[in-house]
Amino acid sequence: MALKGNLRDVGLNQLLNLIYLAHKTGALTVQNDSGSAGKARLYFKEGRLIHAALDGQEARLTDVLVKVGKLTPDQARAVRSRAKVDTDKELGLLMIQSGMLNQNDIIQGVKNYLLETVYQLFTWRGGQFRFEANELPPEERITVAVSLDHLIIEGSRRVQEWEHLRDELPDLDVPLRFSDRPDTNLRNINLSVEQWKVVSFINARNTIRQIANFLKVDEFQIRRIVYGLQTAGLVDVMPTAAPAARPVAPVVPAEPVGRGVLLRVIDRLRRI
Amino acid sequence: MQTVKMVVTGPFNSGKTSFIGSVSEIPVVRTERKITDNTRSVKEQTTVAMDFGRITIDNDLALYLFGTPGQKRFDFMWEILSEGMLGFVVLVDSARPETFREARRILDTFRGYSPTPFVIAANKQDDEDAWPAEDLKIALGLDAEVKVLPCIATKKESVKEILLELLYVILESAPEDKAPARKK
Ligand SMILES: Nc1nc2c(ncn2[C@@H]2O[C@H](COP(=O)(O)OP(=O)(O)OP(=O)(O)O)[C@@H](O)[C@H]2O)c(=O)[nH]1
Ligand SMILES: [Mg+2]
Repeated sequence: MALKGNLRDVGLNQLLNLIYLAHKTGALTVQNDSGSAGKARLYFKEGRLIHAALDGQEARLTDVLVKVGKLTPDQARAVRSRAKVDTDKELGLLMIQSGMLNQNDIIQGVKNYLLETVYQLFTWRGGQFRFEANELPPEERITVAVSLDHLIIEGSRRVQEWEHLRDELPDLDVPLRFSDRPDTNLRNINLSVEQWKVVSFINARNTIRQIANFLKVDEFQIRRIVYGLQTAGLVDVMPTAAPAARPVAPVVPAEPVGRGVLLRVIDRLRRI
Repeated sequence: MQTVKMVVTGPFNSGKTSFIGSVSEIPVVRTERKITDNTRSVKEQTTVAMDFGRITIDNDLALYLFGTPGQKRFDFMWEILSEGMLGFVVLVDSARPETFREARRILDTFRGYSPTPFVIAANKQDDEDAWPAEDLKIALGLDAEVKVLPCIATKKESVKEILLELLYVILESAPEDKAPARKK
């Protein structure tokens, strides 16, 4: 009998805890039904995570190593084209023999990818899941065993951060504006490139969600970036206007500014 | 609060951060890094993402100045920064002709985003090696109607002049206000 349910009722952490304590072996499939849709499959062996695959994501060893920064896309292409082999194990062997990476690089790379994939699932708020006992990943995949206790702790931390950010910034369909609190101490602000990118899009016509879509960052990241800017005192969220359905237009340049506004700017500049 | 935005661009070390710093009422929010490569001999710090300054116009209008990073490897920021700008200033270090070609490349790139008003500031006119603005204009291969203005980015009066000149260019191409919009 398969374990089935919805993440709304049994959280991912609870599930992992169960798998951990009961030393389960098998595959957990989750179909996200909140926010961006997606499907994930996690494989466990005797209570440890050994493999993860996200829907539609090509998770060949070379792709995985590119994602975690162990290989450049060019190197990956080179390996793939040279190799008449197709299993991950053969690909790995080829990279080791050619001196491109050592065994440890590969294991670390696969492991980091595995962790990042699972951390993403922690931001899913709902989704049908199903645990199929004794199902194992395809034979040719390279697996690494990750102990679930640390993962559960880190997962809980991320869930808390996520929930906190969602409370701080519940609505993404609002624009941002520059804070006009005159007392803000801007002197020691040190912003990341991501934060600067967001700052450069601030105007009354761009909602947070539009900015996120344009910059291709997910909801969690955009909340984190905007929250950082807010706590630095640099930006405010504009109070929600009338909840009229807003057409989701791409980010567009500001409307032409009228002469009246320009004359005010000129007048002021002359006097500074 | 309505905000309007102008962009200050130009080659590495041309004076962008100084320019914004001279007129901004807030300390320029810099994203500078110590330079680690061989441009080190020119200066100690460079802007890596952008500079950001503000001038309050009145209770409900503010002018924001964005300075682009100078080094080529950050030019992915340019298009993003130029989004929604009223106009831009290209600063050129008039004493370093080896940067003129790069200045021209930057100008062409920005003009390619959208037809936006701009002026060229022939900066560092207090340097004895500085090329005069008129000569710089020729060196850059610019059309007669392009404004190339002498500038000293470290002096507020000079920066003010440049911004005003840019505003006049912007004004020329600005649409007439619709009468009903002017409610008192
Ligand atoms: N003499 C003189 N020096 C200037 C002037 N403007 C800037 N400088 C100097 O030129 C150097 C570069 O100025 P910055 O304002 O850092 O130039 P930048 O364009 O922001 O440089 P990057 O961000 O690294 O591209 C500094 O040492 C400034 O003090 C000027 O008008 N005259
Ligand atoms: Mg600078």
